[in-house]
Amino acid sequence: MPHPRRVFDRQLAKLDEDLLAMGREAEAMLGDALKALEERDIALADETIARDDVVDKYRFDIEMRAMEIIATQQPAARDLRRVFAALSIASDVERVGDYSVDICKTAKRLAEKPLFKPLVDIPRMERIVVQMLRDSLEGFVSRDLAIIEKMINDDDEVDHLYRYLHDELCDFMKKDPELVDQAVQLLLISRYLERIADHITNIGERVFYVETGELKELHQ
Amino acid sequence: MGTESMSAGAKVTAKDFRLYYGDFLALKGLNVDFPDKSITAIIGPSGCGKSTFLRSINRMNDLIEGVRVAGEIVYQGTNIYDPSVDLMWLRSRVGMVFQRPVAFPLSIYDNVACAPRVQGVRKRSELDEIVERSLRGVGLWDDVKDDLKKSALGLSLGNQQKLCIARAISTNPDVILLDEPASALDPIATLVLEDLMWKLREDYCLVIVTHNMQQAARASDYTVFMLGGEVVETGPTRQVFTNPRDPRTERYITGKLV
Repeated sequence: MPHPRRVFDRQLAKLDEDLLAMGREAEAMLGDALKALEERDIALADETIARDDVVDKYRFDIEMRAMEIIATQQPAARDLRRVFAALSIASDVERVGDYSVDICKTAKRLAEKPLFKPLVDIPRMERIVVQMLRDSLEGFVSRDLAIIEKMINDDDEVDHLYRYLHDELCDFMKKDPELVDQAVQLLLISRYLERIADHITNIGERVFYVETGELKELHQ
Repeated sequence: MGTESMSAGAKVTAKDFRLYYGDFLALKGLNVDFPDKSITAIIGPSGCGKSTFLRSINRMNDLIEGVRVAGEIVYQGTNIYDPSVDLMWLRSRVGMVFQRPVAFPLSIYDNVACAPRVQGVRKRSELDEIVERSLRGVGLWDDVKDDLKKSALGLSLGNQQKLCIARAISTNPDVILLDEPASALDPIATLVLEDLMWKLREDYCLVIVTHNMQQAARASDYTVFMLGGEVVETGPTRQVFTNPRDPRTERYITGKLV
């Protein structure tokens, strides 16, 4: 349907674009953090840590843009929910960047000596989490609620992997105190990934809110 | 129709209310409660029937040739279209404020005193009391108490509109109808008027028709959205403006319904 608010439409579209771009940046950071861990690449870890500024800047830009839209366009109903959701989502994506920095710092500590076991479950968690991030932002832009159920299942799997890793790493530590240093670092990384999945679930909640007007915890 | 009952204690209730201009059905069976001590905003595009509906609440449309009505508008347990209803009584109980301030070319005092006089109040002290109470009620007393004999036309538009509201409340109504009351006012006078509406809300049932959606959002408890002579949706204003039930309401309040 044709309608008279083209400037407003462009502003909303720009907000979507920025969120997607911010999401891609955070996704790349997360991917490189894992790569730095797997390849014990300290330079890549440092370079990834530096990129957090880019993600932070996106967040401030989105916040300013949302504020301008509210001040100048007085959005209502779904438009208003969308602007507020963008604010909230930007803050969750920013946390993904922060956790990627934490993973990089841990990766640098772990790079000092070879790992006592090959990395299997952590990369699996990372792949799921990256896909969740991609799905959630695509869902926001494409108004697709089908991502919600998938996201809940993905989050369950991440939680499951986290618990499994937790138990496994604790067992290693009990058996051989020599492994404690490395095992604690790996446990931290799996914890960061689990937290990232929770933030992405928040994004799913916002997508649900924009489309239905109902704000609720999707995952108990 | 996405109509939900807005609250207990409706002061005025439209029941399947229809209005024809000749053969044209302008209001197509409206069911709306106007709760007491609340502000209800009626919004909708030009020609949707919102002003016709508002004017129906104190029978202003009676004056238009070819107008017929069916259904009911119930006030104090009575259908106001019942032949036994005294129009003067109705209009003294259901006051009306128009788009442009219609100050009479009389003194400020006489503007407010004229309706009570028509009702038969003769005693000067009683009229003085009504004039003061009404002007105080709209926050105008302190500004004009020394100029009561001066022409009302010398007041600013904002104050003329307040004077019109003072005139409306001079007869002790309990419903005040406002038809685009701020459309001739500047933004500050508009906010002052809205502030006054919030004060009056403590004592009256207010119904406002407005084209200004931000005004409806700011200055009402309930919102009624009309389209093509029908009520599409009614509900608490905060809900209508954050999460409307009907896609047509959504399109209108987000500026997408041309």
